[in-house]
Amino acid sequence: MEWLNSVVQGTLLGGLYALFAAGLSLIFGVMRLVNIAHGDLIVLAAYLGLTVTSATGLHPLLAMVLVVPAMAAIGYALQRGVLNQTLGDDLLPPLLVTFGLSVIIQNALLEVYSADPQKMNAGALETASVSVGGLALGVLPLLTFAIAVAVIAGLQFTFYRTALGRAFRAVSDNQDIAQLMGLNRRHIFGLAMALALAVTAVAGILLGIRTSFDPSIGGGRLIFGFEAVIIGGLGNLWGTLVGGVILGVAQTVGAKIDPGWQLLSGHIAFLLILVVRPNGLFPRVSG
Amino acid sequence: MPEPVLQIAGLDAHYGDFQALYGVDMAVAAGEVLAIIGANGAGKTTLMRSISGLICNTAEQIRLRGETIGALRADQVAVKGIALVPEGRQLFPSLSVEENLLIGGQVGRPGPWSLEAVFKLFPILKERRAMPSTSLSGGQQQMVAIGRALMANPDLVLFDEISLGLAPIIIRDIYDALPGIIGEGMTAVIVEQDIAKALSVSSRVYCLQEGRVSLEGASDAVSRKDISRAYFGIE
Repeated sequence: MEWLNSVVQGTLLGGLYALFAAGLSLIFGVMRLVNIAHGDLIVLAAYLGLTVTSATGLHPLLAMVLVVPAMAAIGYALQRGVLNQTLGDDLLPPLLVTFGLSVIIQNALLEVYSADPQKMNAGALETASVSVGGLALGVLPLLTFAIAVAVIAGLQFTFYRTALGRAFRAVSDNQDIAQLMGLNRRHIFGLAMALALAVTAVAGILLGIRTSFDPSIGGGRLIFGFEAVIIGGLGNLWGTLVGGVILGVAQTVGAKIDPGWQLLSGHIAFLLILVVRPNGLFPRVSG
Repeated sequence: MPEPVLQIAGLDAHYGDFQALYGVDMAVAAGEVLAIIGANGAGKTTLMRSISGLICNTAEQIRLRGETIGALRADQVAVKGIALVPEGRQLFPSLSVEENLLIGGQVGRPGPWSLEAVFKLFPILKERRAMPSTSLSGGQQQMVAIGRALMANPDLVLFDEISLGLAPIIIRDIYDALPGIIGEGMTAVIVEQDIAKALSVSSRVYCLQEGRVSLEGASDAVSRKDISRAYFGIE
């Protein structure tokens, strides 16, 4: 029963990892951009949530109403103002620029919020639980998982059923020809980054309710996001959710064996899958 | 000649240090079909890429109905009313047949062309509408590429080597469909390797040679001898 508990808790944790990963996956899928600053943007969203809740007294979940559009606007401006200039045949410039961005965000957060760990207060939601078949499941992890499923379903719908998603796929296929169809790729890329950072905002707020955070934890969230994307297979959003769940379960089961093994077992699971299936479990992008 | 739809004046185009076009002058009248012929590397595709905005030039070098468009990006040129059927078809592989057509219509210009009109022109595409564009035969893919350009309801369509790599019978079918397209009041520029084909569908012809216009004339008036001289640059 305790093992089952670990697996269930890990699955729910996987929802949060899938939210870390979904934005990364989307950005890579549309513009082949590997965003090293993604983890720090998650932490930035958590701090924005903190500022909103302490300034307005709003519940952290309601703070999303402000933080999600704010992060989307930051994403659009960042893409149009900086990242579009780095995109081209060479993969290195965007890597270097987003790495620099990561350093800048971390130091700006240190300057503004100090290095003290912070946490958002979500009141009774933090400790509430429901009992299912002898297992006590936290309401917050359940809610996180449900939000992750809803976000991924929403992204999936946007990608495959809307004109915006069609434009994303067309630009991803062939930028020149998409341009001939009247699509300005710089604008489309801006919209993709806005959408990705909107998802990041949701992930950041849920992270900030679940655990304490400080400006330095972005790198770790980036790794979890990367691992979930790679396990699931590049370009496959539902695969990303599966990747997040596998990573979450590996971590909680590892922690069950020995508390020191939590992070290590997640990385080992990732490496094992990479050895057996180098393209991830459900790859969609070829070449 | 009446007021030209497209006026090109002194157009130069470069790929890095390599100059592909040297002072090309060209005029396309409303409603006419203009053919461009020339050997491989003569600059035909470069000319198409310049007109459609994939290669940016000086504003005054290209005018559409008097408006300078030479410096516009391809998406802005598309909104002004020029569509390109690119060499090698270049469909979007992750989009279905119908989505490829819909994305062509995204510029939102009013006109006779719609999904239904394209399906009427090429009925086979209606049957295959939900299939991935990569699953079609070469000829059917070419139909999608043409339909995708028409969906934008352009004033001017550029056809770049639409017969390249297709079986003769398919080429005939596609050229048979052309009058139905041009009859809708569009102006067309056709780049074609097959000189006989190019002359038979067009009213005027330009020949390019090493980035320069080497011949210009009415398609039914140019002689074989003029063409071979303009084509190869030998007497």
